[in-house]
Amino acid sequence: MNGVVMRVRANFWFAPAAVLVLLVFVYPVLRTLVLGFLHLNLETGFEPRLAYLDNFARLVSDTRFHNSLKITALFTAVSVALELLLGLLLALAVEGIRRGRRAARTFILIPWTLPTAIIAVLWMWIFNDQYGVINALLVKMNIVGSPVAWLGRPQTAMMTIVMADVWKAFPFVLIVLLAGLQSIPREMYEAIEIDGGKAWHKFKYVTIPYLVPFIFLALVFRIVQAFAVFDLVYVLTGGGPGGATETVSIYGYYTYMRYLDFGYGAALVVAIVVVLALISWVLYSMLLKKYEMGR
Amino acid sequence: MKWAARLFVIVLCAVAVAPLVWYGMSSVKSSAELALVPPSLLPSSFTLDNYAELFIRRPFATYYLNSIVIASLAALLCIACASLAAYRLARAPKRFRSAATSALLVMAFFPPIVLVFPIYELVRHAGLVNQPWGLIIPYAALNLPFAVWLLTGYMEQIPYELEEAAAIDGLTAFDTYRRILLPLSMPALTTAFLLVFIFSWNEFMFALTFMNLESSRTVTVGVATLSGAFAYEIPWGLLAAGIVVSTAPLIAAVALFQKRIVAGLTAGGVKQ
Repeated sequence: MNGVVMRVRANFWFAPAAVLVLLVFVYPVLRTLVLGFLHLNLETGFEPRLAYLDNFARLVSDTRFHNSLKITALFTAVSVALELLLGLLLALAVEGIRRGRRAARTFILIPWTLPTAIIAVLWMWIFNDQYGVINALLVKMNIVGSPVAWLGRPQTAMMTIVMADVWKAFPFVLIVLLAGLQSIPREMYEAIEIDGGKAWHKFKYVTIPYLVPFIFLALVFRIVQAFAVFDLVYVLTGGGPGGATETVSIYGYYTYMRYLDFGYGAALVVAIVVVLALISWVLYSMLLKKYEMGR
Repeated sequence: MKWAARLFVIVLCAVAVAPLVWYGMSSVKSSAELALVPPSLLPSSFTLDNYAELFIRRPFATYYLNSIVIASLAALLCIACASLAAYRLARAPKRFRSAATSALLVMAFFPPIVLVFPIYELVRHAGLVNQPWGLIIPYAALNLPFAVWLLTGYMEQIPYELEEAAAIDGLTAFDTYRRILLPLSMPALTTAFLLVFIFSWNEFMFALTFMNLESSRTVTVGVATLSGAFAYEIPWGLLAAGIVVSTAPLIAAVALFQKRIVAGLTAGGVKQ
């Protein structure tokens, strides 16, 4: 009797959160798994028909899907690498100055808090071929002869999206790494000074080892988010020109909402989760290895 | 070395705010000046026409109101559910807590594209398409992992003796939560509210999919789809004014609560 009362009480605390998790995580995941094994689209008149492994077999031969995977991987690798480099250099620089640190953090935090879809509009205009400020500056400085249609060509369109993503996300890396730098005890640096070490030694033997877990944390968060990129691409190019910037999230969204192919959309989404899980697993085991070697 | 660090910080601060300055300046240019090719760098005219048009010719006031209602209620619902769970988690055995934390982490890593269609089906069945609750409930849930994580970390550090004293004074567990834990957790609750509000204000994919009537759009979708609403020319002046108005509350939040936002962002990292 007492046990039952205790359990009911415990459930009271977790019930509201559990209801939200069931509705918005557990049910959708189960529903997606079911949909993946069904044909449910225009052709079937939106009547579900058992598809067995048809949808997953289609993934294997769908070149548009393979292409979107490549594009997403490229986007993720380039943007996250740039964000990490910029964030790391900036964190070291901010840690090195004394006055104006607070103001710098406020300014740099701004891009991260703005809606990504609106950041896309912002860059769409800045890079517009006729009315954009980038072309105006480049032409004025004689770097290019005539305005460039940045979003109209495959390579430059991708470059623009990467640039917008780096602009939005480097503040996040900065904040995480600054927290890492602040966790380093002063005594560690002093010990190196007493031993007659140089600034380079401090960086190599104290700063970097302390920062490694923070770098991994920033890396994992950014990779997972960049892999799911949607807002920027949807607003800037819609996946174009000619599919050159179509990421997996964009392809998945079109399959669901434009082609109304719910069975295949679900299979696509399952594939995205599997790829992401693999990436996370690799990163996680790398981190573990690093720690074991340090011991 | 020192001057190089200083210069680098200044340059990146400029990079971070320059696009916004460009928009602020463009939003007060006249339509004749905005039509110049190449564009003028500094405004030579000053007008508030673009702002007036935004609120008179476009239903921008409605978008704005929708966003405020949706983001605030989502943040409130989220921290209400999260704080109840976080209080129990903070006092739970370590093994249970770390299992719950890992589950939350997995949820936080789910890309929105995975969830959007099944949730859309649910929202449609519940008759909540174009209704604020159709976004409020999903937003509260999507941000739950983050909020539980943040609040658990904070509540762990509140001394257990306070609860023992409360129990001796005859307070029920819920009263202890409401009258002792919640007031003491105010800093973490503020941080969680701010960040969930910002995330909800910024969300695009769900808002785009679940709200298809002009009268139920959020400000983020409103601005992002503004250029598509005009067939032939992109309304630059309207866009600039729209960006300024829709990002102003976020910039104000950063200026006022920089410390709280940074604390929220790093809580996860420092804890591990």
